[in-house]
Amino acid sequence: MQVLQSFAIRAGYAVILLVAVLVLNFSMMHLAPGDVADTISQSMGGADQELLDQIRADYGLDQPFYIQLGRYIGGVLQFDLGFSFFYNQPVTELILQRLPATLLLVITAQLLALFIGVIMGVVSARKPNGILSHFVTFLALFGYAAPVFWTGILLLIAFSLKVQWFPVAGMQDVTIEGGFWAHFVDVARHMVLPVITLGSLFLALYSRLARATMMETLGSDFVRTAKAKGLSTNQVVYKHALKNSLSPVITLAGLQFSAVISGAVLVEAVFSWPGLGTLAFQSIIARDTPTILGILFFSALVVIVGNLLTDLALRLVDPRVGGKG
Amino acid sequence: MKHLIKGIVASVALSAVMATGVIAEGHKTGGTLVTVLGSNVRNLNSAVQSGIVTGYPGAQLFASPMRYDENWEPQPYLAESWNVSDDGLTVTLNLVKNAKFHDGAPITSEDIAFSVDVIKANHPFKSMFAPVESVDTPDAHTAVLNLSKPHPALMLAMSGQLMSILPKHIYGDGEITDVKTHPRNNENVVGSGPFKLVEFKNGEHVILERFDDFFIEGRPYLDRIVMRIITDPAARAIAYENGEIHMGAFESLPRIINRLKKVDSLTVTPDGYGAIGPIDWLAMNTAKGPLSDVRVRKAIAYAVDKNFIHKALMQGTAADSTSGIHPDSPFYAAQEGYDVDLEKSAALLDEAGFPVKDGSRMSLTIDFGWPGVKPQVEYVKAALKKVNIDVEVRASADFPTWAKKMGTGDFDMSWDTVFNWGDPVIGVHRTYDSTNILKGVWSNTQSYSNARVDELMAMAAVETDVEKRKALYAEFQEIIADELPVYHTNTLPYHTVFNDKVKNAPMGIWGTSTPIDTVWLDE
Repeated sequence: MQVLQSFAIRAGYAVILLVAVLVLNFSMMHLAPGDVADTISQSMGGADQELLDQIRADYGLDQPFYIQLGRYIGGVLQFDLGFSFFYNQPVTELILQRLPATLLLVITAQLLALFIGVIMGVVSARKPNGILSHFVTFLALFGYAAPVFWTGILLLIAFSLKVQWFPVAGMQDVTIEGGFWAHFVDVARHMVLPVITLGSLFLALYSRLARATMMETLGSDFVRTAKAKGLSTNQVVYKHALKNSLSPVITLAGLQFSAVISGAVLVEAVFSWPGLGTLAFQSIIARDTPTILGILFFSALVVIVGNLLTDLALRLVDPRVGGKG
Repeated sequence: MKHLIKGIVASVALSAVMATGVIAEGHKTGGTLVTVLGSNVRNLNSAVQSGIVTGYPGAQLFASPMRYDENWEPQPYLAESWNVSDDGLTVTLNLVKNAKFHDGAPITSEDIAFSVDVIKANHPFKSMFAPVESVDTPDAHTAVLNLSKPHPALMLAMSGQLMSILPKHIYGDGEITDVKTHPRNNENVVGSGPFKLVEFKNGEHVILERFDDFFIEGRPYLDRIVMRIITDPAARAIAYENGEIHMGAFESLPRIINRLKKVDSLTVTPDGYGAIGPIDWLAMNTAKGPLSDVRVRKAIAYAVDKNFIHKALMQGTAADSTSGIHPDSPFYAAQEGYDVDLEKSAALLDEAGFPVKDGSRMSLTIDFGWPGVKPQVEYVKAALKKVNIDVEVRASADFPTWAKKMGTGDFDMSWDTVFNWGDPVIGVHRTYDSTNILKGVWSNTQSYSNARVDELMAMAAVETDVEKRKALYAEFQEIIADELPVYHTNTLPYHTVFNDKVKNAPMGIWGTSTPIDTVWLDE
């Protein structure tokens, strides 16, 4: 019952948060000089005042601010995210077209980075001054410091140009024919470089954190007790210490998942990945208010769902979390 | 123009050969050409959306009445012949008889009349069809355009991506101004061109397929065209190099152009941009402060070293531009220009009443609308420092922010890139016409006003004799280069990149903004 109640309160907060996100962003978009009519005229190579006025009238941009805002919020309350001015397509449709690509990229990169990062952290924590440990520290610093667009281009030059193992851009080769497996392999090949690029950033975070917490745990009393009981080193490390070190890593993973859009924007740009990040970037450039707000709405949803899932995962690994919390 | 056009009656068979100027012998058919678009497409319907991104798919999906060869001569396309009356007030188009839309319906003069209406109501370049008062349709294959005054620019306006013929029975189901948001602009497109739409995935690709009932026998040669959307120029460059993409147009980064030129399997060419005619310039607001004095504008021209811009900034990829008309246009008249001369510059500034006080003559601002031209802007700042003009570089967050400043006259100088779009009437007049001042970006934002220039443009717009027209534009260019509402520095170095497999790559005046029905793949 208590759990349900706390979820209900959270859901209530979430709705308020969503409305605040929309109102705030709508107002900010409105404050900036110029509007989508200007970017449409740019894409056309120029337009006269008459046509600009006509475009503004078509999209209701000639109305006062509060009417535009009211109309928009009214639409959202009826689950209508509106029509993209720039692409003349329903925003929901645009986002749903792009969402799977981003989720595929981000989730794969996250899971791989989490898995490899934790293993690297654990292994290096066991010998903090060993070569491997220094290597992990170096890799972490490098992965975190190197800008993703640079890593991406370097990987492209190495693996798409020098040795042509992987394709340069996009998510699939439309000229490929064949069944499900042919396409599966094709998409997988397109994913390798973007996943490595995006994953290297996450990997750096996870391996460092896992290493640090693991070192701390390995020094604690219960680990010494376990060793004293005569358990094998592997049993101590993987059964006792690791489980106790995971909470911070999972919390971090949850936080990172919230950055699903922001983290993917640059990687998507470099690899022309047809995801939400690219769409967000292009919509901001184009001042396409409905699309930007729609993406922010979805991002807020993703953050909320991500937080709930993180919470759930923490309860699973650590019984102290939850209960009355 | 009249002499060229009058009485041209070419057979369809001949047109098949002449259209590109290349005799198609030993070509192969079939195959999928993989090409690239540098930004996301907003709208595939080129009758309502202009611009270079829509131009390429648009010209494949929709046919226009005529096309142009490399020598700027109009050639038959959807119109197998045409006739301009002696007074220049009626233009009769005789349509190809067997032409069909992608849904099998015949293309008739009704569709021509409808398309003219749609373009007049929705296309941003109003000057293209403004003098067209009505279109008569005496029979299914004859369309007569009635003009209020002679309009030689109409010929180019009826070619390339500028006049797409739409099926009235598909796009004529609502208000004429609603065509720009018609649901079939991006899916289930029914066009008149050599290729039909298979799929458009926003942000990913446009896929076109050969239209088997295309009205030119045996064309197009390709089975399919894939247009991938890759916005990152570095990624595009790698894709050309490793062969993932056969061909792409509108590459404009000097560094990348020069790198790709070194790749053996690639051809990198600046040919094919004469009609689009992109030119870079330094705009000067003639309505405000010191720049309202022509001597100050000249002093700036003498202080800015074009040579440096050509060699260091454009790295030899761009051509010189001196006059407001693209150098590849038949109307271009090269002007002497302003070789860098700091003494002369300083003398002009003294004469205009701006002596050096505390190390500075005046403070000006310079704007730019997109990050690519920041080096030019920074260079202008450094160059003007030498003649004691302080320049503040003002960055804009994005295009609308910059457009607002330009449209409201809130600037001293700005770097700008403007396209000619075929005939000078369409893309050149707008910058210098005193009746087109301060009405949004890419109008006469410099507030330039000269009665003789207005008069020359008005005369050239209705002059049907090509040589007389050239003379009018020559005088026009001389005045522009002398009075400097904008200082012309260079062409925007658009280049087309294609690999060894691509034959008959599009290098006519419209580049890829015209049907690529004679391109074939050698593989």
